[in-house]
Parts: sequence; structure tokens; C-alpha cells
Amino acid sequence: MNEEPTNYGDVAEVAAGNKPSAAVVGTRPVRPDGVDKVTGRARFGADMQLPGSLVGMVFRSPHAHARLLKVDVSAALALPGVKAIVTAADLPEIPDDQAMDKGQPPDFRDMSANILAREKVLYEGHAIAAVAAIDELTARHAMTLIDVDYAVLPHVIDLHQAMEPDAPLLNDHNFTKGIKPVPKKPSNIASRYEQIHGDVVAGFAQADVIIEEEFSTQPVHQGYIEPHACLVNVRPSGRTDIWCSTQGQFMVRAYCARLLQIPLADLRVFPMEIGGGFGGKTTVYLEPLAILLSKKSGKPVRMEMSRADVFKATGPTSGSYIRMKIGARNDGTIVAAEGVLCYQAGAYPGSPVRLGCMTAFAPYNIPNIKLIGYDVLVNRPKSAAYRAPGAPMASFAAESLMDILAQQLDIDPLELRLRNAADNGTQTAYGVTFKNIGYRQTLEAARAHPHYNAPLGPDQGRGVASGFWFNIGGQSSAAVDINQDGSVLVTTGTPDIGGSRASMAMMAADVLGVGYEQIQVRIADTGSIAHSDLTGGSRVTFAVGMAVSQAASAMVEELRRRAALLWRVEVDQVSWMGGVARLMASGGSSSLSLTQIAASSAETGGPIAVEISLNAQGAGPGFATHICDVQLDKETGRVTVVRYTAIQDVGKAIHPSYVEGQMQGGAVQGIGWALNEAYLYDENGRLLNPGFLDYRVPVASDVPMIDTVLIEVPNPRHPFGVKGVGEVPIVPPLGAVANAVSRAAGTRLYDLPMSPTAIHKALKRAARRRS
Amino acid sequence: MLRIPLKSGKWFFAITFSAAGTVIMEYCAPVTLAEVCAALGAASGTVKVFAGGTDLLPRFVAGVNPPALLIDIKHVPETREIRRLAEGGFVIGSACSGGQISAHTELVRSWPGLTEAMDLIGSVQIQSRATLGGNLCNASPAADSVPALIASRARCRIAGSDGERELPVEDIIVSPGRTCLRQDEFIVSFFLPARNPRSADAYLRMTPRTEMDIAIASAAVNLTVDEQGVVNECHVVLGAVGPVPVYALPAARILLGSRLDEEVRQRFRRQISALCRPISDKRGSAEYRTDVTAVLADRAAMTAYNRALL
Repeated sequence: MNEEPTNYGDVAEVAAGNKPSAAVVGTRPVRPDGVDKVTGRARFGADMQLPGSLVGMVFRSPHAHARLLKVDVSAALALPGVKAIVTAADLPEIPDDQAMDKGQPPDFRDMSANILAREKVLYEGHAIAAVAAIDELTARHAMTLIDVDYAVLPHVIDLHQAMEPDAPLLNDHNFTKGIKPVPKKPSNIASRYEQIHGDVVAGFAQADVIIEEEFSTQPVHQGYIEPHACLVNVRPSGRTDIWCSTQGQFMVRAYCARLLQIPLADLRVFPMEIGGGFGGKTTVYLEPLAILLSKKSGKPVRMEMSRADVFKATGPTSGSYIRMKIGARNDGTIVAAEGVLCYQAGAYPGSPVRLGCMTAFAPYNIPNIKLIGYDVLVNRPKSAAYRAPGAPMASFAAESLMDILAQQLDIDPLELRLRNAADNGTQTAYGVTFKNIGYRQTLEAARAHPHYNAPLGPDQGRGVASGFWFNIGGQSSAAVDINQDGSVLVTTGTPDIGGSRASMAMMAADVLGVGYEQIQVRIADTGSIAHSDLTGGSRVTFAVGMAVSQAASAMVEELRRRAALLWRVEVDQVSWMGGVARLMASGGSSSLSLTQIAASSAETGGPIAVEISLNAQGAGPGFATHICDVQLDKETGRVTVVRYTAIQDVGKAIHPSYVEGQMQGGAVQGIGWALNEAYLYDENGRLLNPGFLDYRVPVASDVPMIDTVLIEVPNPRHPFGVKGVGEVPIVPPLGAVANAVSRAAGTRLYDLPMSPTAIHKALKRAARRRS
Repeated sequence: MLRIPLKSGKWFFAITFSAAGTVIMEYCAPVTLAEVCAALGAASGTVKVFAGGTDLLPRFVAGVNPPALLIDIKHVPETREIRRLAEGGFVIGSACSGGQISAHTELVRSWPGLTEAMDLIGSVQIQSRATLGGNLCNASPAADSVPALIASRARCRIAGSDGERELPVEDIIVSPGRTCLRQDEFIVSFFLPARNPRSADAYLRMTPRTEMDIAIASAAVNLTVDEQGVVNECHVVLGAVGPVPVYALPAARILLGSRLDEEVRQRFRRQISALCRPISDKRGSAEYRTDVTAVLADRAAMTAYNRALL
């Protein structure tokens, strides 16, 4: 988020003073991890093996909501080949007052209950026990011997039903937070959030036109290709090694230590290559179970989720119901916006509804806004972070209203947005004043783009939508080492999801003045570098990039110092350019290359190494505007996206290809969310489509080439001007697709996904209305 | 899990053990028709005929118990050949893959609808394994190749432990997941009849995605026109709108004697919808399936008609 700077370090000023040349930054070199990945040598979460490893498997609830009357694992434990079984009784009880740190999520008490159910199961797939056996078949056999008695309870899957006063309660002790006085009756509404800016009553009084509509979206899964997997080895000393697929090795260490009451120092987490995360790997599911099983059995334990497990037991992002209204003058000036946003939390509190309220209208300068958010419990897996958590669904509602308003006032939809666009100095409804933003530029680029002016064919529709995401900084560590041969090793503590090895090497190369190929980047385990926050929040290129740039700047200082020692002069007599130290007194003719300095390092004080840890502030917010053309088959309701352009203020694109990749990937995920992705449940609350066949993420042939336009309004708080880029691209697509479909259909659609069946139904309804 | 390859006579043979040493499944790959029949006849316990495995293997992974014996028929030459007969018909081995079928230009030219139906299944990887016989014997109401096979009037050569028999494709599937084949029988090949001039077929399906999906509804049309462009033979088959593919005879009759004029097509569509008996499930409502099948059948008929005129 847009925090004020607190510790923008001295070293950064050195970097700013020694303004790095951008010889490498902005080019498109081959990614360092590419060869391993395309040749199948890269090792992912499930690829680690240790001799004597056991297979760990989770026993899951077949019921959406039930009280656990008895969990008897004795028969399973007696099966030859079964080495250990754990249940909730093996997890330390976390008292309520120790559930959170300083009142901030995550809630470890909930996390513990989500990892192994206590007393009640709250969704189909909720883990009840975990088994470690000599092989998969034995583990499967053991599953059939676990004896559980359930008292099946009424369940609630639907958001509206969950909010009814007589709805089945997930938690009898849930009294809605954020309401004063505290309600006397428990409900499924975990909390209420209110965001008030200006005076909406006065605002709407000035409006010539007011539009109010209801919208709904379905929960969607991050859809990472690699299921959760880990290998854990608890040694007799208690020292524990964990290899896993995660967005943050330090997060895994901290969460496991907290959940299992183990000292941090006993845990060492090795992050493997990650086959996608999108926010879904920012928590733990299997790792604590594998630790307990390994401890009990004395053997390494390997665990891997099936795709069905991933769908049933890991977090999607929330489904939502949103009622929203905006008021505007006849000239298109928006005077007020108001709404209620209800987000499904899943089985435990924690939907991103607050972020939905904060982001919905952030692209616009609206003086009066009032949004109320409700976090609602339902018998579904606990929601988890997903790329710009909470923003896409709120944006879908807001951007649909913008489109309806444009149609009613007969104003071009980009023009309407331009008339209301947030600028530098605009105060957002959530309190921050924008600085150095490039939103207006995305709108202008969209209007000038050939796509926006291309003619539409019959049954085609064009939609536009904008989106906002905060982007964050955070705690980051980076080390730069010079090897004796002059090669450079950059080490960070953040898994490479979006190509960060390449971008880190590129920034380091330019600060050091050396070639990209001279630098190798390593992602270290928790025992090999200082703490780093996880890869998420579009923070890595910005925050870790800042740490790398600062470490490289400090390295330049160190290299100058070493050269001065070799020349026996003061350090201020040595300049550094193009990877070479020059003795100023000589007019630059005396020089020492990085390789020469490295070769003599023993004579100047030993190995040359720098490590920087910081808490990066000053992340620049991201804005995007997307244009989408669809072709609608009116007889079948099937939508084909025929043309798509994503325009985004990216600050500075370190590696433009990966920035474009982020924009394209986000757009495609958003298209899937808009058109087909949904969880389908039967009447017993059991998931009907726990696989990619019937949970339809788009395949390559479903989308056109996503055209991209990079707008570069640099972030002055970063040595290279970086803003985060990974999340905002998923914000506009829902609105852009919906607006395109609605225009092609000639009737407004308010509910996602806009699947062929849903559109067919809407078209039939519209035809009946007309006749 | 251990896999020990053995040689038992001329058959490849393998036994899969669990780590605890129990036999999980036996697998054999006979190389002649007689050996397959012998293996089928001698089998005690559950046995499954195995070709591409694209339906079978995921089921084992999903936890369905594997059979005691898996008989791989891919090594029998008769199941792998595509042959044009002197009289113009085709023989297609039951274990021919989608990729093999698509690569056969003569077959594709004669049967564009059937071959595109097979080609719609899965991905490139699936296409290199999935077989025409497997698609039929999996007996899904939504199988892509089956409506087109039935519309083509294809017949199956069936071998069993006590001899061979022949059946039209529409007799094979009796209910979802069940065929009329006895446990000791398997399909060796399909016979496609010779084409009259000005004949063509077409297949269309409705899926939310462009590929890697399963038909919500589908339609195959195979027709022949005379020199005046009047339909004189027509077969229409609908998929995923009943427990087994629907041979839509009353709808085909509407097209007979016509040039697919607007009025005929309107009646054809209404008749198609009237013949649909779909269920509502996670993939689509009965109403949607009924509406869309008429659209697909109409479009498939137009495509086949235009192809026949070329």
C-alpha cells in the first residue's frame, strides 16, 4: 500500500547518486532458469526424494458440515506398513488470545483447525487425520480403516442463504465484528467493514442520473498447475528440513513454528521451483502434517495433494454478491457511489472484502463514497489470497456501472473514465493521496490504440474497464558475492514466480556495470539468508529489487575500497564505471577490472560479499485499462474473445517480456473468471467438479494473443522506477469482458460466470421481455 | 510399486506389486487376435481390454480398483491398420489413434465429419493415444466419435473366445458406461461402407471451451445429394441428449427430398428438439441441451450439404 517512507536507507541514496546506467534493464535476455525448466530438470515440490521416505496422505471429510463424534485410527495404525497417524489431538491447542499477532491475520487458531478439524468439519475435504505409510497403496488402504462417526449438520453453501437469520451456523461463537453494539445472536457474518468518504447523501442529491444494480460472482481457484507438495525430514535432534512448493519459505517456517510450537531455528525450509501460486501458496496445508508424521515415525515423509484435494481443500478466492449504485451529473461527472459488498470467506473468517471496498472506485476521483463490506462464513474451503485479492469482483460491479452510465449518458466509455480519472493529488476513499500515478495515461493510450478504433463485426461487442491495485514493499534481503573469478552471485530469499531471477540479475548488472551473463541468481533457503517476506503483493521486483540494487551499490563501494587498497590510495581517488575501477589521478589509464580485484581479494581483506536487509516502503500503485472484443453466438450463448488489449502503468519494465507475460496471464485468468470458472455443488454440499475438465480455466486456443501496451511512469522511490505489475492485470478483465458481452448481447448481464448456458438463458429472457 | 516385465510365450507380460508384495494387477499384450481371445477366454476375475488408456488410466488414479487383468490389444496388427477396400469402403482398426486417423488423407477426404469428431477429443498428447474403439467402448453418451460413427452406418467386427460376429455401431452402447459386448469379446475393427458420389458428413459439438472439454450436446449428419442437389440419403445422430446416442430418424426424414431450404430447416430443428431426452447436470440444463442440439444439427446438416455439393 501507499505508505510514507520510514527507512529509505542511505545506500539507496548512493544508488540514486550513482544513477545506474540502464544497459541491461529494459532489454529482454533469456531467463536463467529457462533451460532447466524446458528440459525438465528443474525440481518442483513433489520432485524431492529421500531414502526411506514414507508416503503421507490426508483423510478428508465427505460431509460439508458435521460434528465429529468419534475419530478412531487404531485399526488403520495396526495395518502393517502404516508408521504414523496424526489427528487434531496432535496439534497444540492455540488459545484465543494468542491466535493473532497484534490483531493482524492470519488467525493461527483457525489455521490449525483448518489443517486438522477439531470437533467439527466445516466443508467437504476438511482434513481429519493424516497417515504415513510405506507406500501409496498401504496409505490408501489405511484410509479405509479410519473410523469416524459424524453427526451430519445442515450446511450452507450459498452466500445469500448463509446471511439469513435462520441459516445453519458454522460457528456458534461467531458474533459479527465491526458492529456496535456487538450482536447478541451469533451469525455467519464474521465481520462488517465500513468505508466512508465524504457525504453520499449530499452527493446523490447533486446527481442527475443514479444507477443501482446487483451483481454476483463465483469463487474461483488460482488454478496453479503444481499441486501442493512437500518432503519433510525431522531428524532425531529435532532439527527439521522442509522442501516444498511455496511463495515464501520464511512464511512456511514461521507458520509451522507457530502452529506446532517449535523454535524457528529448528526449522529450515528449502523452496523448490514453484509451478504457479497466484496467492494460493501463501499459507500452509501439508507441511505441519508432514512434520508431525515425520516426528512420530522417525522417517522422512512426502506428501502431495491430488487435483481433487486442491479444489476441495485449498483456498479459492471469494464469491461475492454486490449491490452498488453511482450517481452522476449529465456531463458524466460522478458525484457519489455507494454499495454493499458481501464476500464468501469460506469456512473461517478472512475474505478480502475490505480490499474490495478499497479498490472498487480507486481509479476515480469521486468525492462521496460509502461502501459496506461483509465477510460471510459458508461451508466451503477457507478462501485464500488470489492475485489482487478482493479487487476483481468489486471492480466488475463498479466498471459495469460505469459502462451502464456511459450508455445512458451516451458518452464514450473511455471519455467517461477520463472525465473522472484519479490524478496525482487525488485523495482516495481509503485515505491515501496518489503520487506519480499513470492512470490517465492508460486511458489515453487505450483511446489512441488501433484496437479501440477497429470496426466491430456482426454480433461483436467491445468492452472497456479499468482497475487498480495497491502493490506493496516489505521486508527483503539480498546478498551479492563476488567469486574469485569475478563472477557475481546474487542471493535472495523470495521464490521466483514471475521471472525475478532475471530481473534481479538485470538490476544488479546495471548497478555493478557488468554483463547480465556474469551474474547468477540463487533463491536461498531459510538457513542461508536473512528473513524475506513472501513473493506476493506484486512486491518482489520493487522491494527485493531495491535490496538487490542497494546491495550492488554497497558492493560498488566495497570494490572501490578494495581497488584503493591495491593502489594504496584513498578511496575517493577511485571511480567505478562499466564494471571497472579507475584511478582518477592517472586520468583513468590505470584500471582494475572486477575480475582483477576479485583475484586479489585475499590481499585486500578476504572474500568480497555484501548483504542488505530492508523493509521497503514507497511502492507505487498500479493502474490498468483493458479493451476486450467478443463475438457472441446468439443461438448457443457461446462467447469468443476475439481481440484483447491490456494497457498498464508499470513504472519501469525491468524485463519487458515478463511484464507483458504478467499482463497477459492476468488477463487470461480474468477471462476465465468472467466466462466459465465456477464451483458446482450437489445438494449435500459436495463439490461436483474437482478437476480441470469441469472447472474450466481457459486453454490456449480459448484466447487471442493478448496485446499489451506498457506505460512507464517511473516510481521515484525505486532506483529504477519500478512499480509492481503482477496483480493489477487481473482486475479489469471481469468488467471488460462483461461490458463487451452485454453490448454484444444487447442486454446487460450482471452475474459471473457468463457461461454459454447462462448467456443463452439471459438472451431467452430478454427475447421474452421484448415480445 | 514394482513393475517386473516378463516374457510369457509370445505375449509381453507384467505384474504390478505393491511394496507389501501383493499382486495388484496383471497386464498382458498379446500380438495376435487368437491370443487376445485366448487371454479373454481364460481370464478369471475382472478383465479390461486396454487400448489408448485415456479413459481407463485416470480412473485407476482416481481410486477406482484396477481389474485383475489388463489386456493390451495395441500389439495386434488388425487393430492398428487403416485400409481402403477395393469397393471403396474403409476398415479402421479399433486401436487406431486419433492422430493416426487424422493423418490418413483418403479417410479424411471421404469422412470429414467422422475424422473431425475423433480429432476433437482431448489434446495433441491425448490424440496420440486415444483410440476410436476406446471412445466407443467407454460408452459415454457424450463420446465425440460415436454419433459420427453411427451416422456413417459403420459396423463393428467383434472377436470373442468362441468366434467372431458383426454388429452396427448403434447396437454397442446399451446404457451409460455399458456395452453389449460379453466379457470375452472385443472390437477388432470398424467397417465404413463405400461412399456414393456427392456424399459428405459433418459433426459439431457444444463445449464452453474450444478444446480439452466434453460435449454438452452434439450432432452428426451424414448425407448424400443427387445431381440436382436434393438429399436422397440422410442419417442424423445426436450426442449427450439421452443415455445413449440418439439416431434421429424422424429428423433425417425431414431433410430427405429437400435442398435444406429455410422452411425445411425450421421443421428439422423443431423435430431435433422433440427427439432430445437430455438430463440436467453440471454441464448443462436439459433446456439448454434441447435448444442447442437443434442449432448444432442444423449447422452440421448445412456443412455436410455444402460439402456434398463440392
